[in-house]
Amino acid sequence: MIYPLCFLLFLIGLYGATCKKNIVKIILGLLIMEYSVNLFLILLGWKKNGIAPIIDQSTSHEVFIAQSVDPLPQALVLTSIVIGLGVLSLMVAISIRLYQRYGTFDITEMNKLKH
Amino acid sequence: MIETVVGTMILFMAISAIIALETKDLLSSIISVGAIGVATSICFLLVGAPDIAITQMVVEVLSLIILIRATIRRDLTTINGDREFFGLTVTIALIFLFFLFGFKAFLTLPEFGTPAMSQFIEAPSTKYISSGFKETGASNIVTAIILDYRGFDTLGEVTVLFTAIWGALAIMRVYSRKKRKNKNSHE
Repeated sequence: MIYPLCFLLFLIGLYGATCKKNIVKIILGLLIMEYSVNLFLILLGWKKNGIAPIIDQSTSHEVFIAQSVDPLPQALVLTSIVIGLGVLSLMVAISIRLYQRYGTFDITEMNKLKH
Repeated sequence: MIETVVGTMILFMAISAIIALETKDLLSSIISVGAIGVATSICFLLVGAPDIAITQMVVEVLSLIILIRATIRRDLTTINGDREFFGLTVTIALIFLFFLFGFKAFLTLPEFGTPAMSQFIEAPSTKYISSGFKETGASNIVTAIILDYRGFDTLGEVTVLFTAIWGALAIMRVYSRKKRKNKNSHE
């Protein structure tokens, strides 16, 4: 039941990105979609009674191999989160420029190429 | 136990996502998105990903600062009225259709708690866990993957990050380079 909940969160973000007029709301919708995808990928690697993939001296090697969660999605999501920050800053920069040019965040009023 | 806690967290995230998208004031919606980020971080911590939880927290704070920079001291932050009715209806119907098809696809996934690496013996994750410490010397397997096994992926990530920040700086620059050159020549 957990994966479809993540999908629901993704769809809420999709609704925000497609149906909202305010450009900041569209950015927030994209941000919500990103969160849900990251969370889904991490949850996909979870093992029952799993431990974090960090080798500790108190746990033996066999126990670690049997108990550790999947480290591969974690490594890839780590890069994805950081990329998300860069993309967010780019989107916010574009929206600030659009506000300076048109005086509004409403995308239905940004219909002229030159102003 | 963890399943119910994570499920509750995701429900909380869905509720605050709806609040963030539907509230009139932009500052409140940004704060609601911050709540989603914190809940995501807690979920990461619960399912055994402490590195991701820390990174998520840091990125969350930075993105809140960036978003507040975008909206604070703007005159017109509340926008009333929806988009045209026909387009809105079609979009919501398409999203619902997408949900139905996607739900069918999600039913074919393995159950929560059984990762792909426990079903396929030759999965790369199995090798990373069993011989990661011996081959790289890093006790944190995630670090071993990022900086050793998948080093080129990290290089590509740094390139994307650099390009995105470069683009943001180019967009936000106050004076264009051409203008500055003209000004210098006039002087």
